[in-house]
Formats: sequence, C-alpha cells, structure tokens
Amino acid sequence: MEIGLNHYLVLSTILFAIGLVGVMRRKNLLLLFFATEILLNAVNVAFAAISHYYGDLTGQMFAFFVIAIAASEVAVGLGLLIVWYKRHSSIDLDALTTMKG
Amino acid sequence: MEKYLYIALFAPLVSSLFSALFTATPKKLFTGIIASTLIFVSFIASTILLAYILKGGEPIHVEMMTWMATGDLYIPFGFVVDQISVTMMMVVTLVSTIVHIYSIGYMDHDKGFNRFFAWLSAFVFSMMILVMSDNYAGLFIGWEGVGLCSWGLIGFWYHKEIATWAANEAFIMNRIADLGMLIGIFLVYWNTGTLQYDEAFAVMPSLDTATLTWMGIFLFIGAMGKSAQFPLHTWLADAMEGPTPVSALIHAATMVTAGVYLVVRSNELYSLIPHVGLFIASLGAFVALFAASMALVNRDMKRIIAYSTLSQLGYMFAAAGLGAYWVALFHLMAHAFFKALLFLGAGNVMHAMHDELDPFKMGGLKKVMKWTWIMMTIASLALAGIFPFAGFFSKDTILEAAFAEHHFVIYGVLLFTAGLTAFYSFRLVALIFHGEERYKIFGIHPHEAYRFMLIAMSPLLILAMIAGIFQEPFFGMVEEILSAHEYHIHSHTTLWIMLVGTQLFVGLAILYAYKKYASWSRVPDGTSPIENSFIYKLLFNQYYIPYFYEEYIVKPYREASELFWTKVDMKIVDATVDGIAGIVYGTGKKTRKMQSGNLSTMLKWMVAGLVGLLSLAVVFGLAARYSDKIVIFLSALGV
Amino acid sequence: MFEAVAFYLFAFLTITMFFITVTTSQALYALSALAAGMIFISAFFFILGADFLGAVQIIVYTGAVMALYAFGMMFFDTTREVKEKQGNKYIIVGLSTLAAVLVVVIFAAPMVSENIVALYPAIEGVGNTQEVGLVLFTKYLVPFEVAAIMLLVAMVAGIVLAGKKMDLSITLMNDAEIEEQKNKKVLS
Repeated sequence: MEIGLNHYLVLSTILFAIGLVGVMRRKNLLLLFFATEILLNAVNVAFAAISHYYGDLTGQMFAFFVIAIAASEVAVGLGLLIVWYKRHSSIDLDALTTMKG
Repeated sequence: MEKYLYIALFAPLVSSLFSALFTATPKKLFTGIIASTLIFVSFIASTILLAYILKGGEPIHVEMMTWMATGDLYIPFGFVVDQISVTMMMVVTLVSTIVHIYSIGYMDHDKGFNRFFAWLSAFVFSMMILVMSDNYAGLFIGWEGVGLCSWGLIGFWYHKEIATWAANEAFIMNRIADLGMLIGIFLVYWNTGTLQYDEAFAVMPSLDTATLTWMGIFLFIGAMGKSAQFPLHTWLADAMEGPTPVSALIHAATMVTAGVYLVVRSNELYSLIPHVGLFIASLGAFVALFAASMALVNRDMKRIIAYSTLSQLGYMFAAAGLGAYWVALFHLMAHAFFKALLFLGAGNVMHAMHDELDPFKMGGLKKVMKWTWIMMTIASLALAGIFPFAGFFSKDTILEAAFAEHHFVIYGVLLFTAGLTAFYSFRLVALIFHGEERYKIFGIHPHEAYRFMLIAMSPLLILAMIAGIFQEPFFGMVEEILSAHEYHIHSHTTLWIMLVGTQLFVGLAILYAYKKYASWSRVPDGTSPIENSFIYKLLFNQYYIPYFYEEYIVKPYREASELFWTKVDMKIVDATVDGIAGIVYGTGKKTRKMQSGNLSTMLKWMVAGLVGLLSLAVVFGLAARYSDKIVIFLSALGV
Repeated sequence: MFEAVAFYLFAFLTITMFFITVTTSQALYALSALAAGMIFISAFFFILGADFLGAVQIIVYTGAVMALYAFGMMFFDTTREVKEKQGNKYIIVGLSTLAAVLVVVIFAAPMVSENIVALYPAIEGVGNTQEVGLVLFTKYLVPFEVAAIMLLVAMVAGIVLAGKKMDLSITLMNDAEIEEQKNKKVLS
C-alpha cells in the first residue's frame, strides 16, 4: 500500500487535534507549553510531507523556522514561568486571572 | 492701471486685518487713523481709475488667479473696472472714507473701537469684491461678505438683545433671498456654461424667453433681499440698531444698493425680458410709496431715514426696471451722497441727545448744532429733489423716464411719493431743529459734534449740493455700455410744466411740513385723535407686516420646528442613533463575561474561533468550486 | 511496503505518546512522553527524505528543548500535582475534532492541493543536507539571520527573566538575612 500525502496530512491533523485538546484542558502552565509543542510538531510533519511530495524545499525551510520559533518560545516562556512561580508559587492557570475584565 | 486696481481692492483688506489685530485690546486711536488712511488710499486709487475711464480708456480686465477649474467649470478671480464698477467704486470708497473718519469721533467712547474698524474695513473690502468682480461667483462672494459684515455691524453692540435680534433678522432675510440668487446663478451657469458677465451675456440672446425670465426673476429675488424690497423689507428698519455710521455706510449708501447694482450689471439680461423689468419697476414704485407712507408717522429718527432709503431704492428699481439703467445708477450715486450725509447728521444729533431717537423729544436744536442743521437741511432738500441739489437731477430724471416710457401709473405714484418724501424729510428737520426746546424737559444738554467730524462730512455736503452737474459727464461715460437712452420729453412745454409742477408740489409739501411741525410744542402721548385713527395706527405699525411675519411665519415655523424636534428628531433620528449605541453597549455587557481573565477559557474561545474560520474557508472553498452549479441551482429556483 | 509499515508504526507511537502527554496528570510522565513523541516525529522526517530536518528535530527538541524543560521543572515543585479542574469535556473534544475534520477537508479535498507549484524544486544529484544548505543560504538568508537574532534575543530574555537575584544564595545567609529578603519580596 502506497503512503501518499494525504496520509501524512491526516496524521498531522490528528496530532494537531491532540494538541488542541491539550491546550484546552491543561490547567498546568508547564503542560500547556507541552501542548503547544505538539501543535508545532504536527504542523512540521505536514510541512515536511508537502515538501517531499511536491519536490519543493520551501516546506522544510518553514519547518526549520518553526523549530527556531519553538526554541525561542520555550526559552522566553520558561523564563516568564519561573518569574511567575517565584511571585505566586503556583502555576495553576485558574489562579492566573489578573486580566479579568 | 492694474496696480491701482489692486490698491483700490486690497487696501481695505489690509486695513481690516490690521485693525483686527487689536480687536481684543482697549481703544487705540491709531487703528482708526490707519484704517481711514488706507481707505483713503483706496479712494485715491479709485479716483485715478475713474479719471482713466472718463478719459475714454478701455475697461481694465484682470485675472488675478484661477479660483476653480474642474472639467468645464472655470471660475477665475477676475476683476473688471468698467464704467459701471468704477462708479460704484467711487461711491463706496468716498462714502467709506468719510464714514471711517467720522467714526473716529462717533465711536470715541466705545469699548469696541478697534473691532468696529476691523468690521467696517472688511465691509469695504467685500463691497469692492462685489462691484469689481467680473463674474457672478465673485459677485456672490462679495454679496455674502457684505452680508456677514452687515450682520457683525448691526449686532455690533451685541450686549443689547434687540441689536443681536436685528442682526440675525437681517442675516436670515438675506439668506432667504440669497437662495433665490444662487438659483439664478446656477441657472445662468446651466444655460450659458459660464459665469463671466461678458461671455454669459453674449450667449443669452439665443436662449428662449422662459429660461431668461426665470433667470431674471431669481437674480432679482437676491436683489430684493439685499435691497430690502417688499416683502423682505422689514430687516432694514430694524437694522438701525447698529451704530449710526454703519447705517450711513451700509444701510443707506452702499450695501443696500447692491441689488440695484446687480440689476444694472445684468442689464443685458433684463433688456431681453422687458416684462420682468416692468414687474421690477412696478414693485419699485410700490415700495417707494409704501416705505414713504410708513416714514410719515414714525417717531424714530433713524427709522424715518431708513424708510426713506427704502423709498429711494424703490425709485432706483423703478428706473432700472424701465430700462433706464444709467438713471438708476446715477440716482444710486446721488442718493449715496445725500443719504449718508443725512445719516451722519442724525448721528450727530443722536450723540448730542444721548442716543435719544424720538424727534418729538428734541426741537430747537439749530441753536446749538448750527452746522448739523445746515447739513441735514441741505441733505433733505437734496432728498426732496429741490433744484439745484443732487436729488433734483437724479429723481426728476426717473420721473421723466417713467413719463417718457408712457407708464403713467408708475409716474403718478412716484410723483406722489416725491411729495411724501419732502413732507416726512422736513417733518423730521422741523421737529429736530425748530420749535420749542422740548429736550430740556428730559434734562439733556446737547452739544455740537467734533469739528473734524463736521469737516469729514463736508465733502458729502458739497456733493449733495452739486452732484447734479455730473449728470452730463456721467451719461457720456456710461452710455458706452448701458443702453444710451436720454429721456427727453418731446415737447418742451410738457417738460417745463412737469418740472415746475413737481417743484411746486414738493415745495408745498415742505412748507406744509414746516407749518405743521416747526412750532410743535408737546411730546405726543397717544391721546390726540389723529394718533387713534385707523390709518395712523396702520402706518405706525408698519402695516402690521412685522406682526404678520411674527404671527404667521415665525410662530408656525417655531411650532413646526418643535414638532420636528420632539417627534422626528428625538423619536426617530435620535432613537436610531441611541438604538445603535444601545446594541453595542448591550453586546458589550453580555459578552463581558467571556472576559474572565482565565487563560484556559480564552484558549477555548480561540479554538472556537478557529473552527468558525475553518468552516468559513470550507464554505467559501466549496462555493468557489461549485459556483457554476450554484448559479444553475439558483436560476432553477427562479432567483 | 516498508514505508507503509514504518509510517503506521510511527504514527501509532507518536499519537500514543502525545496522547499521554496531554492526558497524564504527572508532569514527569508528560515530559518523558513528549520527548519520545519528538523522536518519533523525526522518524517521519527520515522517511520523507528530510534527513537534515530529522537531525535538527532530535537535536533541538530532544536535546535542547527537553533539557530546558527538565531544568525548568526543577524550579517548580513537580511532586505537587496541579489540580486540574475540568470543564465540559465534550466541548474540548468536540471542538478539537471539528477543527481536525475541517483541516482534513481543506487539505484532503482536492480544492487546494491541485494547484500547488514547486517554488524551489529539489536539486538532482545532491544530498538533502546540501540542498537545504543551498536554499537556506541563498533564498532564505535574511530570514535565517533574523531567526538567529531572534534566538539570541530569546536566550538573553530567558537568562534575564530566570536569573533574577541569582547572586543571592540562601544557603550562605543567616536567618535574619533570609527574613529580610522575604520581607523585601513581600513588599516588591
């Protein structure tokens, strides 16, 4: 059985959906970051697959930049998280409601 | 020569701007002096231009700059100095100069001294634009400019409620008329494709009479407003609330004659539609009689002179309507001189009497105000048309023109009005300067005006006496562009009978006025039988026309406005606006709960939004892909 | 055949790992499952012939990001569970599924995928790493440099944010000093 682009796209979408579930149900800020990593990786899979099946390197290039962005996001995000934790000694999302309108 | 044109035009503007710099500061004598000097410079420039035109020079036509140029519409800031405009420029600058100098004395103790000169010079500038423009658009700018300055000057003492009321009345009445004027200008542009006088007049003979009639009527409605013709006449008498120099300059000599100027300027249009001309002449004759009759009984010195202005404007329109444009223009000029003199004299009297306006409370002032007495008497003689003063030459020519054109009804009305004019003018003179010194009852100590004010008035005095000798050169000058019809009665006998008859009639009216009022001894208190007669009341209340306007136009209008305000504006317009605001507020209030500040909730909303956008993408993608089928499906449904 | 087997195997593994990541209540489990999922993802890159990307995936994610998370977790009390109050699960699952289905519809339905044209076709006769290098340092040079600066900025930001008061060492302080610091903290 030949594996086509659609297989990869469906896989990517499933991973993306898992990521979305994580984003929505996680209340632990650290685990929320994990979920966003899943989202980014799901997209990377799609990029690599499209790049392969169309013989075009642009997809891979984008995957690189996505990885770069993910890395920076982790660095800054963790820094902020540590500052937050030092202040409130909690990383519970439901406690994080200073923006309440 | 263009240099002098620009000097004449812009010196008043400079004067106005200069004076405007000091409006917020206390009285500065030099603003008055500099303003007067600049207006005098303008006068000198106008004189040079007049001399040039009189010597037979070509009319000067300059185009300062392009104002509007879009598509077929081309309106430049163009100015023309020809026989008509140079006459007007002379009148305007001469009277303005005198009034400016006079005002230095008259406004001596006024807090708004500087502001007064700013407005007054701005008025002169607007008036110069009005008379010098070479197209209807420029004329309209000047027209509105003088209206604005007139508003500012009538309401100059804005702390007096009646003054602001009168200013607004004048402005609103003029606005009504200006609408007519605008329509007229649009009609001219619509049918001729240009607003330049010469080009538009060149096209007009090829247009059909109905179009020309409408043009003439609408332009004349504008003239009616500015020149206070019936039924838009009430503002002129109320405008007397302004300072007296303003009344002399604006409401006697210059602005109110702009309507006459418009008709004279558009003479080529009006000579194509003699039936409109006849209407103008009839209205003019009617207004002459109508205004004169109101002046007979009025007890306000300035209002009497205002009504006489109205009456004389009627004469001018009668002349212009009959095609005697040069006669109208000549009467305009002569009238400007003696009427300004009369007003300035009245200003002296007012000053002396501490703003008392009722001539019945004066009397015997000739002892203390000898020069003012002489000036006002001569001005009244000129107004009455006694030989050899200015009015004789201009007014009798109007009568001759009416007679020669065989409009005997108009002639009769104008002749009768001449008698009334003489009567009320000398009633005023007799009451103010002769008889017992009734003012003593009121404890007033009158004094003569400053000497320089009297000297400033003297040119007007001289012109009121001798303006008649300019009739021949004036005719020679304007015959080049106005229909050169010299009105001579064919039979010398008839002419002499007419002249002598008119003089006798007028003379008798004067004598009667003197006899009746020169020895007046008491202040009327509304008890004498004549004061209770119907006619007296009718005239005294200005034929109840202001009352009628108040009752049947202003009040219903106010009620309609109230109705529209409470019903239409509040219930529909405001309600719609408030409703929209309410919806926005309501939505905000409801959706505020979404903003819990909880990141998890927000993320859920974000995903929901993502789903919504994705569905839209799917829907539009499908629609784009199957658009042809959708069209077929919809057409099958009959959409 | 081999490709299909590999695809399904790794697809299963990846989905399982990520599923564990989003469902487990233990932060350490989640971390380990995420690291494993990342490595399995790199397998797809190798299958797709994107060798360089696969290597980068392993190095950056498993090497750098996971290490960062692991160190980060040391700042937190990982033994203490964060109580996760759950709202309506149906909403979460429903929304996710819906989003997934829609994305599949968009990509799988041939309405978009038909008219994609290769912008930078793969160069014949060179390896993947070389190709990537050629494209990255020609067409994407500026974005690449910008990404480098972004990473530098992120690094500085991470250090500054996490490294506040690192010069203070509680072990070297006496009790009074610790109290003083605590008061300061409360005040600040």
